[in-house]
Amino acid sequence: MGTRIQIVSIVATVALFVIVFELVRRRRLQERYALLWLFAAVVLFGLAAWQGLLSKIASAVGIFYPPSALFVIAFGFILVLLLHFSVAVSRLSDQTKVLAQRLALTEKRLRDLEAGAEPEVREEERAPETVGRAPTP
Amino acid sequence: MRKSYLAIIPALNEEHTIASVIDGVRLHAPQFDVVVIDDGSSDRTREVSEAAGAPVIRHPFNLGIGGAVQSGFSYAQENGYDFMVQVDGDGQHDPAEVAKLIDRMAQNGVDMVCGSRFMEKTGYAAPRARRTGIRIFSAILSRIVGQQVTDPTSGFRLFNRRAIGLFARDYPHDYPEVEAVLMLHFHQLRMCEVPVTMYQRGGGVSSISTGKSAYYMIKVLMAIVVGLVRARPVVEPGDEPPVAAAHGI
Repeated sequence: MGTRIQIVSIVATVALFVIVFELVRRRRLQERYALLWLFAAVVLFGLAAWQGLLSKIASAVGIFYPPSALFVIAFGFILVLLLHFSVAVSRLSDQTKVLAQRLALTEKRLRDLEAGAEPEVREEERAPETVGRAPTP
Repeated sequence: MRKSYLAIIPALNEEHTIASVIDGVRLHAPQFDVVVIDDGSSDRTREVSEAAGAPVIRHPFNLGIGGAVQSGFSYAQENGYDFMVQVDGDGQHDPAEVAKLIDRMAQNGVDMVCGSRFMEKTGYAAPRARRTGIRIFSAILSRIVGQQVTDPTSGFRLFNRRAIGLFARDYPHDYPEVEAVLMLHFHQLRMCEVPVTMYQRGGGVSSISTGKSAYYMIKVLMAIVVGLVRARPVVEPGDEPPVAAAHGI
């Protein structure tokens, strides 16, 4: 691996690590979501710095140009991170749904209480004049 | 002890039809309490419903039909209702036929009775693409659950307390009807169908437009496949939540 590409790789991975760490420090990024990023940055840094290991991995999987192996591994991390976010988004949307439902049910209850009525008003206690129209065909 | 009945009317922008649906339920199924579930309408659905005398559970934003109906299940369970019927707010279900569902449930004690458009010639003219889609679901689902399910996409359904409890806990997301049949099967709850007539929509826009039909087909087919291999098809009280709402990576 050429010295130049090695320097670029090291600088890039260090920058990634510093940026993620800084975001966590400023509480812009939760630790839970930062861990994968930091792990990826450390692994990529290790491979960029330790040429021998990267060459070994590259030849083991049949990649002739070792820096390409770095990209393949980085790509793998990106896939895992994206999947991680899809899972997180699914969880958030489930939680949002439950919250919206609870809010709606609680609002209904609150209105019932404010109106001084029991939550369930039996049909026969209602005024009969509301009955009449046929369903729309 | 007297049985208590709840009719939920899920509605999204149905200001033109909702009042007649409410009145229809009052007229034809007077033993039912009516609750409208306004799934984030931007029109006057809520005002019209309240003017017609029906209490409204209003979602702060649109959750989709699955979320709306599940709010109904939660409400029914929390208020101790014995039976819950779903009547769509667009006027395509005839409240006069709620009695058919009730009678059938009283006869054979199943946990869910579903109104089917396709058991008899009822003159329901669905677009051909939709009929074909429903037929495919029907064939697949009937094979899986081991009984004939002629109209798995029908939302005109009556549930007893056991089914209410199950679906309050866990109800599918976007297009829930087909998956709900599968869930009943996995939980060993029983269902049956009765022939009903469905009207063309009285107004508003169907939740399934033509453009979305393909997505609907694929999504529901995937849901069936996933349902078959799901890690925890039966979620009992005390288990981990069925939704993805648990923490973890």
